[in-house]
Amino acid sequence: MPQKTDNKSVNFVRTEAAPLLPPPASEAGITGWLYQNIFNSMSDFSSPVATIKSVLMGLLTIFLLYVGLGQFWALLDFSLFSAVWSAPEGVKREACLTVDKGGELPSGWHGACWPFVAAKMKFLMYGAYDNDQLWRPNVTALIGLIGLAWVMIEPLPYRRYVGAFLLTIYPLIALILLTGGNFDTDYNSVTVITILGLLLITIGRQAAAGRMGQTAGEFAGMFGTFGWIFIAYAAVNATLGVDFNLRQIGTNDWGGLLITLVVAVTGIVASLPLGIVLALGRRSHMPVARILSTVFIEFWRGVPLITVLFMASVMLPLFLPEGVNFDNLLRALIGVMLFSAAYMAEVIRGGLQAMDKGQFEGADALGLSYWQKMRLIILPQALTHVIPGIVNTFIGLFKDTTLVSIVSIFDMLGAVQSTYADPSWGTPVQDETGYLFIVIIYFVFCFGMSRYSMFMEYKLSTSRKN
Amino acid sequence: MAKAEAQNIDRSKMKVSDEVVVSMSGVNKWYGTFHVLRDINLTVNKGERIVICGPSGSGKSTLIRCLNRLEEHQVGDINVHGIELNSDVKNIEEIRREVGMVFQHFNLFPHLTILENCTLAPIWVRQMPKKDAEEIAMKYLETVKIPEQAHKYPGQLSGGQQQRVAIARALCMQPQLMLFDEPTSALDPEMIKEVLDTMVALAEDGMTMVCVTHEMGFARKVANRVIFMDEGQIIEEKEPEEFFNNPENDRTKLFLSQILNH
Ligand SMILES: Nc1ncnc2c1ncn2[C@@H]1O[C@H](COP(=O)(O)OP(=O)(O)OP(=O)(O)O)[C@@H](O)[C@H]1O
Ligand SMILES: [Mg+2]
Repeated sequence: MPQKTDNKSVNFVRTEAAPLLPPPASEAGITGWLYQNIFNSMSDFSSPVATIKSVLMGLLTIFLLYVGLGQFWALLDFSLFSAVWSAPEGVKREACLTVDKGGELPSGWHGACWPFVAAKMKFLMYGAYDNDQLWRPNVTALIGLIGLAWVMIEPLPYRRYVGAFLLTIYPLIALILLTGGNFDTDYNSVTVITILGLLLITIGRQAAAGRMGQTAGEFAGMFGTFGWIFIAYAAVNATLGVDFNLRQIGTNDWGGLLITLVVAVTGIVASLPLGIVLALGRRSHMPVARILSTVFIEFWRGVPLITVLFMASVMLPLFLPEGVNFDNLLRALIGVMLFSAAYMAEVIRGGLQAMDKGQFEGADALGLSYWQKMRLIILPQALTHVIPGIVNTFIGLFKDTTLVSIVSIFDMLGAVQSTYADPSWGTPVQDETGYLFIVIIYFVFCFGMSRYSMFMEYKLSTSRKN
Repeated sequence: MAKAEAQNIDRSKMKVSDEVVVSMSGVNKWYGTFHVLRDINLTVNKGERIVICGPSGSGKSTLIRCLNRLEEHQVGDINVHGIELNSDVKNIEEIRREVGMVFQHFNLFPHLTILENCTLAPIWVRQMPKKDAEEIAMKYLETVKIPEQAHKYPGQLSGGQQQRVAIARALCMQPQLMLFDEPTSALDPEMIKEVLDTMVALAEDGMTMVCVTHEMGFARKVANRVIFMDEGQIIEEKEPEEFFNNPENDRTKLFLSQILNH
């Protein structure tokens, strides 16, 4: 009976596989893409209403294309096709002037004056940094770039150690290279601090071994930690005091991209760990930690960065005792660091808040301590969830570094503006060229961060889920 | 059917010793003004398998979560493995090392592989060398019959497989006591069996277990005591045969008729 196919039974048994067919043109290839993304919305002529909609959609598309492409073309024309690329030796503003103004370019010309940027390049990159010492920022940047690339490229070995180097020893190298080191370190106090540190570590060891009673045993870890902090502090101070035979270059002479990067990188690197600590503090069950973190975060979020910078450079010296002279850049750096840490803390707290309660319980039930639970289970997941928010904060911070120019620190924006004062390059296109140049640099950095974060998200989501 | 099965399992190793693993006396707990646990007295000896059942909201989860301090009780004494459970963090961590827990929603760590899930606690809590931890983890993954999944991530496994990993993860700490909080109620029917089989095997190995579950077949098969809870109290506590055939309290009777006759 089952062989019979002509009876009207509802039973159905497939005897051969349905054929695999190629997808219709609207689903695949370039035509498919164009169809789905562009023509789909304007090719429905089945009824009068649909026809009107399609026609309107078509007109709108053409109009937007016209405006968009027009703008894009104007930018390309200004920066590439109409631009002046080189000037003969000794020729300055005349290279970028039209015949009406005494130059040789046709009247009505409008294009970028790249020789101006080339002439000011050193100033835009390094500010007033000594001309014969430029290798120092260059070497600093090179080490940083190699280290960063090393950490980001997956298959390289020892990435963990390179990362640790970047966060601990590299800042010290950078500081010495950029400033010249040879600070007037008080070696007596360095000795005292070293001895104190060693003492604390010894006490910690003894306490951990249970030789100093119950209560001391519980604080063994704390003794040890403080001991190491003392030792590290002494080591940094001692190193900074060494004369490496480098010329000292004060931060007043730094400028341009150098300042932008110093401020941004310090802010970015410091804000993440500080933000994590603050976020954990704000969610802590210990009232003191919670209140301190909350007050800190709300204070720094409540004031504009400009105010912070003004306070740091103008008000702070009034509170410090006479003779204590804090570097202007250092003050701004601390301000930026604390400011961005507060924002970062809230982003990270969002990630912690979104964690499933089961993850905390799973870790607790296995007997992990609080810090193990956070470091191994909670933070890796919470931070992954908020990568977009973290990078958003980084990018915001990178662009906010331009604000330091109002406390007379010449970052890239400040530097480019001060070049406009040079009359020997004064042309109608001077401003536009200068701003266009730094816009490109800012864009490259910010877009780079954005792409890297998307790559990270993609990588983490593919390796961990289905 | 369930009775016939009950004969099949090997009860020879499932000896109950005199050693007390858990003792709760006069335990009371409130959520705000809501009295969730009311005068709980319970002793669990080494090798015992206790099944706790009762209607939703009766405080079963709260009770077993008090045993490893995922919830804090306010009045009464809890002793686990000879250690007094109080606010001392040292005690709590010591108890958690000896008590494994399996959750309704598995709570595996999605950013770690199955193997890493299993070796994490032995490495960090027991300070075991990585190699030894992996050896033990593979042994227990074999016990729960999924050694071939060791390098996958939890998200790539079925619910039943995930729950078996969760059991293996708890076993890797070589606990004295295992707590199960409705380990099968988030699973599809065909996966329930594989998890229950794992739990039966564990019971046959002599593990001390406290299980919150509504799998009455499992209770009949392995439990040596069934506890019925309602409104935060222990209403009835009996050997399984007695419990199912001669429930005394009216609420127990009602509950059993609802759960067995649907
Ligand atoms: N964190 C909490 N805050 C307030 N009330 C809670 C909390 N957790 C649980 N409860 C209440 O305590 C009671 C007991 O909860 P519990 O989870 O122990 O029940 P259960 O017996 O496990 O129920 P189920 O079978 O649904 O899992 C419930 O009424 C619940 O609403
Ligand atoms: Mg429950």
